Amino acid sequence: MSERAAKVTPAETDEQDDDQITDSAAPDAVTEPDADAASESTTEPVTNGAQSVVRALENAGVEYAFGVQGGAIMPVYDALYDSEIYHVTMAHEQAAAHAADAYGIVSGEPGICLATSGPGATNLVTGIADADMDSDPLVALTGQVPTAFVGNDAFQETDTTGVTKPVTKDNTFASDPDRVGSDVSEAFALAREGRPGPTLVDLPKDVTKSETDREPDEPKTPDTYHVQERANAEIVAAAAERLENATRPVMLLGGGVIKGEASEACREFAIEHEIPVITTMPGIGAFPEDHELSMEMAGMHGTGYANMAITHCDTMLAIGTRFDDRLTGGIETFAPDAEIIHVDIDPAEISKNIHADYPLIGDAETVVEQLSTAVETSPEAKKWRAQCQQWKSDYSMAYDAPEDEPVQPEFVVEALDEATADDTIVTTGVGQHQMWACQYWTYTEPRTWVSSHGLGTMGYGLPAAIGARLAADDDQDVVCIDGDGSFLMTLQELSVAVRENLDITVAVLNNEYIGMVRQWQDAFFGGRHAASDYNWMPEFDKLAEAFGAAGFRIDDYDDVAETIEEALAYDGPSVIDVHIDPDANVYPMVPSGGDNGQFALTEDQL
Amino acid sequence: MKRGLDGPAPEERPTPAGRRNKQGIRIDPEVEATHDPRRTVISALVKHEPGVLSDVSGLFSRRQFNIESLTVGPTEDEERARITVVVEEPDPGIDQIKKQLRKLVPVISVRELEPDAMRRELALVKVAADRPDQVAAVADMYGGKTVDSCPETATIEITGTRQKIEAAVETFSQFGIREISRTGLTALARSTDETAAQSPAVGTEEMNRQDKHPHTQTADDD
Repeated sequence: MSERAAKVTPAETDEQDDDQITDSAAPDAVTEPDADAASESTTEPVTNGAQSVVRALENAGVEYAFGVQGGAIMPVYDALYDSEIYHVTMAHEQAAAHAADAYGIVSGEPGICLATSGPGATNLVTGIADADMDSDPLVALTGQVPTAFVGNDAFQETDTTGVTKPVTKDNTFASDPDRVGSDVSEAFALAREGRPGPTLVDLPKDVTKSETDREPDEPKTPDTYHVQERANAEIVAAAAERLENATRPVMLLGGGVIKGEASEACREFAIEHEIPVITTMPGIGAFPEDHELSMEMAGMHGTGYANMAITHCDTMLAIGTRFDDRLTGGIETFAPDAEIIHVDIDPAEISKNIHADYPLIGDAETVVEQLSTAVETSPEAKKWRAQCQQWKSDYSMAYDAPEDEPVQPEFVVEALDEATADDTIVTTGVGQHQMWACQYWTYTEPRTWVSSHGLGTMGYGLPAAIGARLAADDDQDVVCIDGDGSFLMTLQELSVAVRENLDITVAVLNNEYIGMVRQWQDAFFGGRHAASDYNWMPEFDKLAEAFGAAGFRIDDYDDVAETIEEALAYDGPSVIDVHIDPDANVYPMVPSGGDNGQFALTEDQL
Repeated sequence: MKRGLDGPAPEERPTPAGRRNKQGIRIDPEVEATHDPRRTVISALVKHEPGVLSDVSGLFSRRQFNIESLTVGPTEDEERARITVVVEEPDPGIDQIKKQLRKLVPVISVRELEPDAMRRELALVKVAADRPDQVAAVADMYGGKTVDSCPETATIEITGTRQKIEAAVETFSQFGIREISRTGLTALARSTDETAAQSPAVGTEEMNRQDKHPHTQTADDD
């Protein structure tokens, strides 16, 4: 693949052997505990803080970093210049954070983003907040003005640790050149371990420029950070008994199932005990949607059958979900008859929004295995399963696609799904297109759904596709399903996809509206389309060509299959401007704070 | 063309009778499930490093937990500081405060103090000194100490429970109060009971047990 070729840098060619000889020739001089790990690659001793920062990334096995160069971060870039880590220069820092975030979702290892001080750092904030809401592993490294200037409102100074405190798992102001590499190692470990999340290290320019020979410590979380792996055995036993006696059980799988690598354990558990499975939006891919037990996604735009099942169940085994309001609707009507068994690695998620009758704090995979051992007989739920299947046919996700109408978005999503392999990675922006991508694509594998859930960041799709492409296997397709409004927010990143020759297919479902807002305006604001009518959109296919990508356009049904095939076949970034029915809306829909069981199937029911 | 999906309309679907309250707890008709706010004292042992107080206060403000008072100071271990927070919240909120606090990386341990814990506050009260004898008598009554005096004013230091200080302030008001400064509350658990669990595992285990209402008593005084 072309992008693999692109990461071969000229840095590591000649001197490598000499370096290793140097290293092994002076073992006595090496007093750092990580000397072994460091000696695997280029191992010139570090001479300044910036090199220690880069060494910390190398020790952690980092392959890619996404960022934008700038004044205060220059020493770090100077050190990266000699590293095997491949730096992807993005067009905007927000995109660097999204690309790193998506890299983290697909690979499971923290994505790395870099920015300079001031505007560079503040531009990262949206991406960091996005990662925080979705518990994605991410490490942000920001330049800072020299420590002597900090607090004086110096050029390009922002209190970055202050600004990012509420949206990071932890952040650090690096003040010591001897410690700075270890600060980065620690940030890496914290981003990955326990409940993943974004961490940030703020790097004053004098600290990274200062001389030091200190090698960074190995990635290790601070001694105040503790993660409980196994749930309390008594509660496990009680929860198992509750499951055994359930007559209307469901499993609700959240994003934590995928992050905790528990998909396989959950699948086995559900199939063995024949429990219908619902996912949250971040949980998409945790259970194969083509399986009989799958009820797919619940919540505001979840399937009708998932919402019926979630409303009528008597026992819910919820794993790795924080019960977001887009999932629960109104708290009063959420699974009102159900006793909740809640598995989460973060104790603070237990009984935060929905009271947990059986709190199981621990690693998702470990706790599911504990439960698996404890549950001896499957629940008697034949009637319930039949009811679930009935709901599947009552509220099927079918749509009309008459030949003479404008192209329906659902048809395009299904056509893309059909044209690609099961392990294809889908990234999206935020809006109607995102919901259609949830509803009409059949996901079967974890880490193939890459989207902005909690923060709902428009513009996420394209930079995420860049990060996902670099984390994906070479033979895996990456498709970005975007909306016109969403795509417009970060489309400058096409320049990056072209430069790196990344094989990404972007399908812009273009209705010349901020469609989700338009849908709400129609439903709740008397059809007054205040600032949601985007009939001034550029022609995205031509825009793509201007960037050097391949541009395609779909206007009617005859074009769909053929154009998708061409775009997928193009080796490099391609953009399909899909002109969809501008009046198409997303159903089912649970109005904000409503009752999940009372989802609307048409506008009249809102 | 009809817009939307097929299937029975909302009014044709079965709806469960049950409900949850605002705290996400299933409502048992036999028991009133909504919790009233209560006042309590939470003690956190934290790493003594810059930014910890802002971590903690920022957490409280962005999660809309209401702080009654917050004090911080060093401990016997120079690398650790103790933060004492008085909050008034319903039980699920208090539980959530403890868990969210525990999540902060520099926080070592978090505990809600028993109602019998020792709780003290310090106040400096500056009053008009027109009647110095009477001021001294009132100060004496509350075990207060005059720390500054001049022909116009006297400043008295009072230490004690919140109620005692409030009572003293009320009594002093007859002389005309010029200024008051109060420290907020600090607290320690009684006897050999440790204020903050030294072992992190203890904290997690406590969360695991999830005692629904470990302290039903409101910590108003000792």
